[in-house]
Amino acid sequence: MAEEKDNPNAQKPTPPPKPAGAVPPPPPKPAAPAAPPKPKGPVPEPWSHPLVDAINEKFGAELVKAYTFIGQNQIEVKKARIGDIMRFLRDNSIIPFDYLVDETAVHWPKDEEFEIVYILYSFKKNERLRVKTRTKEWEAVESVVSVWGTADWLEREVYDMFGVQYANHPNLKRILLPEDWVGFPLRKDYNIRLQDVDWVRKHLGIDSGQKYYVGEARHEAGDYITPTD
Amino acid sequence: MSTQETLFDASELTVSMGPQHPSTHGVLQVKLKLDGERVIDAQCVIGYLHRGVEKLGENQTYGQFLPTLDRTDYIAAVSNCLGFCEAVEKLLGVTAPPRAQYIRVILTELNRISSHLLWLGTHALDIGAMTVFLYAFREREEILKIFENYSGARLTTHMFRIGGTQYELYDGFQDQVRAFVKDFPKKVAEYETLLTENRIWINRTRGVGVISAKDAVDMGLTGPPLRASGVQWDLRKAKPYAAYADFEFDIPVGEHGDTYDRYMVRMEEMRQSARIVAQAVEKIPDGPLMAKMSKIIKPPVGDIYHSIEAPKGELGYYIVSDGSTQAYRARVRPPSFVNLQSLRKMVIGHMVADVVAVIGTLDIVLGEIDR
Repeated sequence: MAEEKDNPNAQKPTPPPKPAGAVPPPPPKPAAPAAPPKPKGPVPEPWSHPLVDAINEKFGAELVKAYTFIGQNQIEVKKARIGDIMRFLRDNSIIPFDYLVDETAVHWPKDEEFEIVYILYSFKKNERLRVKTRTKEWEAVESVVSVWGTADWLEREVYDMFGVQYANHPNLKRILLPEDWVGFPLRKDYNIRLQDVDWVRKHLGIDSGQKYYVGEARHEAGDYITPTD
Repeated sequence: MSTQETLFDASELTVSMGPQHPSTHGVLQVKLKLDGERVIDAQCVIGYLHRGVEKLGENQTYGQFLPTLDRTDYIAAVSNCLGFCEAVEKLLGVTAPPRAQYIRVILTELNRISSHLLWLGTHALDIGAMTVFLYAFREREEILKIFENYSGARLTTHMFRIGGTQYELYDGFQDQVRAFVKDFPKKVAEYETLLTENRIWINRTRGVGVISAKDAVDMGLTGPPLRASGVQWDLRKAKPYAAYADFEFDIPVGEHGDTYDRYMVRMEEMRQSARIVAQAVEKIPDGPLMAKMSKIIKPPVGDIYHSIEAPKGELGYYIVSDGSTQAYRARVRPPSFVNLQSLRKMVIGHMVADVVAVIGTLDIVLGEIDR
């Protein structure tokens, strides 16, 4: 009985603290409507750093945005002056990115665009940075081979797998697939069972038995022709 | 006046080395342009083993992709597995429990030793030292036995799962590992008596395939080739992952960036790996093996890059997730692929026989280069 009485008594004092505690909640509440759609995952946060300011100062509108996602810094830039931006990133004194870790692409067929992703690392500052830029199918991106020697093969692989064009690349030809292969396998519209059956028949003398194919029919339709042809 | 040119009139000769050649460690073709026996140009032709691993990664669930990744660098399958598991965990916001972290470190370091042993054996065999091969495989066998006992497989082990490890350690695991790492430094000393001061070995490796630190960084070399050029950089120290922050170990570096230095760096790395394993095996914490997470792995929308120090260099995974059970893009940053690019720079001006030494010293695995 006494406990029951204590409980209501205990509850009565609690309401007063609640309003006191409710003073901080209001700020989260306006944020709450935005939060429910993305409670599942982390959200990109804006990244401010002297380097971003320096890029902004030097290249202005070329910088689309700078943000941090799961502790990884990224910047998005326009592709027009990508070579200059990369040279600046390598030579700047704030974080000199002397090592190109990786260069790859992601195909976004809905936007008819390819996202080129450069992963940079600075030995001096132990920092990584991802630089992203977007390009369309027939628009060449400036090669960064003159900035980092590593880019040579990496860009050839991107060209091989996605058909992305690079300007001023010393030797832009296929690297993993045969020279005369038709189609770019890592594009989203290239089915996993797709194969250049004509190539297989010609060079291996077998019918691969694949139902899907890239070949004459596609050639006639104007699809998948190697851009260098 | 016209003279009929013959093959012997031209000073330049093109020789195709591989793809079927015992010292190219798989199906690598190197087109050599020679002046006498001196190399004036070298072009690598790769892709003979291309299986579209990155495409498969987009068409399999995250869990299904793990066994496929074992088949990229099949000499160091445990490292491949660790890198991808950690990348997905990072994206999910999950951390593997400490016990799993320690098991991961032990098995990955054992795998580093076995990978370096295979490199040592085949590299020495290429240059003409037959005995080392037999010695190295003797110890490698011990490691593979541990792998077989733990996972049931010797090479394509599928060792870990996203979120931790699946299997508990078997009875006697610790004793077996302890016995191995206790003996192992003596075995390394044994290999060294065969090679380190061997006159033929020194003549064949000193000053061969030299690359300066500046060039190595420009060409994106990682792993032992970078350290042999004098850059003291190891991802286990620079950006510690798994439980590496808990252990003491040194990063060996070379001075000259030649084949001999790369040999010395790898020998010391094996000792350091044994040192890490010896520390880890004594203090494996108790606890669960898997982190608490849903059974269906659906990482949030976004992208992540995570890399680890594989035996060959920086092994990175760049994953783009669209929130489904399959990756939208699963990129493998293969160390062998990037390291092989430096071959041309390293062999120009050397003899044909040195090309064999340089291919060996880069420690490439074609399964990883071609994917």
